[in-house]
Amino acid sequence: MTPIEVRFKLDWPGFALDVDLSLPASGVTALFGHSGSGKTTLLRCIAGLERAGRGRLVFRGQTWQDEKTWLPTHRRPLGYVFQEASLFPHLSVLGNLNFGRKRTSTAGRIALDQAVELLGIGHLLERKPDSLSGGERQRVGIARALAVSPEILLMDEPLAALDLKRKREILPYLERLHDELDIPVIYVSHAPDEVARLADHIVAMEGGRVVAHGPIGETLARVDLPIRLGEDAGVVLDATISAIDPTWNLARVDFAGGSLWTRDRELPIGKKVRVRVLARDVSLALDDPGRSSIQNVHPAIIETIAPDDHPANHLVRVRLGDSRLLARLTRRSADQLGIAAGQPVYIQIKSVALME
Amino acid sequence: MLTDSDLQALGLTVRLAATTTTILFMLGTPLAWWLARSRAWWKQPIGAVVALPLVLPPSVIGFYLLITLGPNGPVGQFTQSIGLGTLPFTFWGLVVASVFYSLPFMVQPLQTAFEAVGDRPLEVAATLRASPLDTFFSVAVPLALPGFITAGILSFAHTVGEFGVVLMIGGNIPGVSRVASVQIYDHVEALEYADAHRLAAVMLIFSFLVLLAMYVWRPGARKGA
Amino acid sequence: MKRLSTLIVALLAAAGVHAAEVQVAVAANFTAPVQQIAGEFERKTGHKAVLAFGATGKFYAQITNGAPFEVFLAADDTTPAKLDKEGQTVLGSRFTYAVGTLVLWSSKPDFVDAKGDVLKSGKFNKLAVANPKTAPYGAAAIETLTRLKLLDAVQPKFVQGENISQTHQFVSTGNADIGFVALSQVFKDNKLNSGSAWIVPGEMHEPILQDAVILAKGKDNPAAKAFMEFLKSPYAHAVIKSYGYALR
Repeated sequence: MTPIEVRFKLDWPGFALDVDLSLPASGVTALFGHSGSGKTTLLRCIAGLERAGRGRLVFRGQTWQDEKTWLPTHRRPLGYVFQEASLFPHLSVLGNLNFGRKRTSTAGRIALDQAVELLGIGHLLERKPDSLSGGERQRVGIARALAVSPEILLMDEPLAALDLKRKREILPYLERLHDELDIPVIYVSHAPDEVARLADHIVAMEGGRVVAHGPIGETLARVDLPIRLGEDAGVVLDATISAIDPTWNLARVDFAGGSLWTRDRELPIGKKVRVRVLARDVSLALDDPGRSSIQNVHPAIIETIAPDDHPANHLVRVRLGDSRLLARLTRRSADQLGIAAGQPVYIQIKSVALME
Repeated sequence: MLTDSDLQALGLTVRLAATTTTILFMLGTPLAWWLARSRAWWKQPIGAVVALPLVLPPSVIGFYLLITLGPNGPVGQFTQSIGLGTLPFTFWGLVVASVFYSLPFMVQPLQTAFEAVGDRPLEVAATLRASPLDTFFSVAVPLALPGFITAGILSFAHTVGEFGVVLMIGGNIPGVSRVASVQIYDHVEALEYADAHRLAAVMLIFSFLVLLAMYVWRPGARKGA
Repeated sequence: MKRLSTLIVALLAAAGVHAAEVQVAVAANFTAPVQQIAGEFERKTGHKAVLAFGATGKFYAQITNGAPFEVFLAADDTTPAKLDKEGQTVLGSRFTYAVGTLVLWSSKPDFVDAKGDVLKSGKFNKLAVANPKTAPYGAAAIETLTRLKLLDAVQPKFVQGENISQTHQFVSTGNADIGFVALSQVFKDNKLNSGSAWIVPGEMHEPILQDAVILAKGKDNPAAKAFMEFLKSPYAHAVIKSYGYALR
């Protein structure tokens, strides 16, 4: 599929955006950065809600913007989810869902029923927005955007306005979107855990510029990522459930280069999952530690050693078959172990987050 | 209780207020929308012109209207050239004067209501395939509905209560420009105090009911909204 | 006469009467002459005249409701008579200070002929008339038209001014081609200011008597009495006549 050509340059008092990118036309692309990095502005430019002085935007061969063309937002085949659900207060949930659907001429690829089922809002249809909880409102907002059968879904921090409980309520729905829809999603977020969980591709932004981008596995495994992730530094691995050990309630997941044991979450064998391994949960040993509380121990090869955010730490990238992992250790322990690139070591993984 | 000429004056008043309010809705709505949304520098001067009737005494407005709409005035010359004659001393002359005089009572509540709608619902509508015109009618108008109600009631009531301007360009012609307020003034001037009382009581009760309706209807008085 | 009034003025001044202030309510049609007269009055007597202008009917309502006026120059004779009857005045002070002259006037030159035949021709868009119920000039106009047997013919072209000032405004702005106004409004220094006019002969209507009276509030004010006297002075008479009023 042809990538989405995105080029914007705009100069506002106190803020500039300068972006020239090719975004993949499938999967979830996270626009990731701290607040003020320009990620929301970039998303609004893509939607046509912000008119960049100079820009070029070509989506699947349709030019949405160039020197001569400007396709207004309402004629772009997109769906948009705002940070606050922004439901129309004068319409019921069904009225909100129908608002865009009625105005869409193309035969819907995503039927209203499917959107309602996907977001689990069937029981809310007759309600007015002001009687919904924050999480319910956001689910309706997402379903409303899907009901126009968009060719691309743009989401501006759809979880940011919600508390942790509501976030947990919505995340599974977003994961289902990821799995069940084959439209590209551009997802703005400043939360590394959301990105790790949902994104296939990451665009890291800072000061209105793109500082890194690429597939999520590769990009998060970089030790020189210009965006400081601190405690959230870590990699994600695509994996498959390969075995269940009912005695200990553990499940084994296999990834390219190894396998890990983790808590059984009653997922069937063969299920594709995503595994997040944080750098702080990985430690190194020169010898096989043998008897240890840590169950996941693998031989690996050191690839790179780089300074970390804090001067006391190093970030070490190791290769495990075809996969890469990050480990954080203090500079002193690195020095005492005398590790160097190319050296074989044992990695011990203390904890693993399993994401469907 | 009320004489025929009192009833005629009341009927005329209602007809004038209804016609004026209808025209003001058509004229004031786009104007208020523009004032609420535009970032043009000349928005402020236009806003000030719209508000002028709030501060100008009716005698000033009436005097300028008499000159402007008269046979030697620019508007008068225009209406004569298209075969309409001149507007003073006609019902439509009163309508023109009332539209101008009551303009801020239509535009300002609407402008406030449109401003309160904000950008977000309009952006949402655009991402849901609604064109700007469609958005206006299907989102902005419903969300600004309390503003429309207030603006309509205020414009109607203000036109009913209009006196100075009507007096100056109406010519006090029965059935054409002798509205209730002028009729009351005539009664008072002719020392017909009993007649004046009766008609004035009708006006007083009407005005009270209008304002009461508005306070009951005020968006803040309702839950949610 | 002239000598007498001068004498009175001189006597009043010589008697060491303290300079006082008098509140005068004046019918709108008499605005210009009274200002000139009051100026001279203040110079001669040292008293001060505070003038308020308005419609006679409105003044009546204000006076009966306690307004602080001490002298009233009305636009008619009936209102002061009514006040007399109601005991709101100093009895015996009432006199006719001016007789109004009705004029059919147009702001356009040569529009109104010297005999007023334009009324018969019907060649005008509107005829402005003051409200006959409230304005003496309006009543005189109706009387004139009735006598000319033209009332029914011209009535559809009536536009009514609430008072004589507004009637004048309708004509001067050109919104009405012609109108019955007070000669004092279009006449100064013994000649017509502008436009064309037919001065309606006095026998066409009851005389428009404008009466002055001292009000109850002015009973003990020497300035009120002095102002009434000054209105009868040759100076005041000359001013009144120069504005197109007649005298009794």
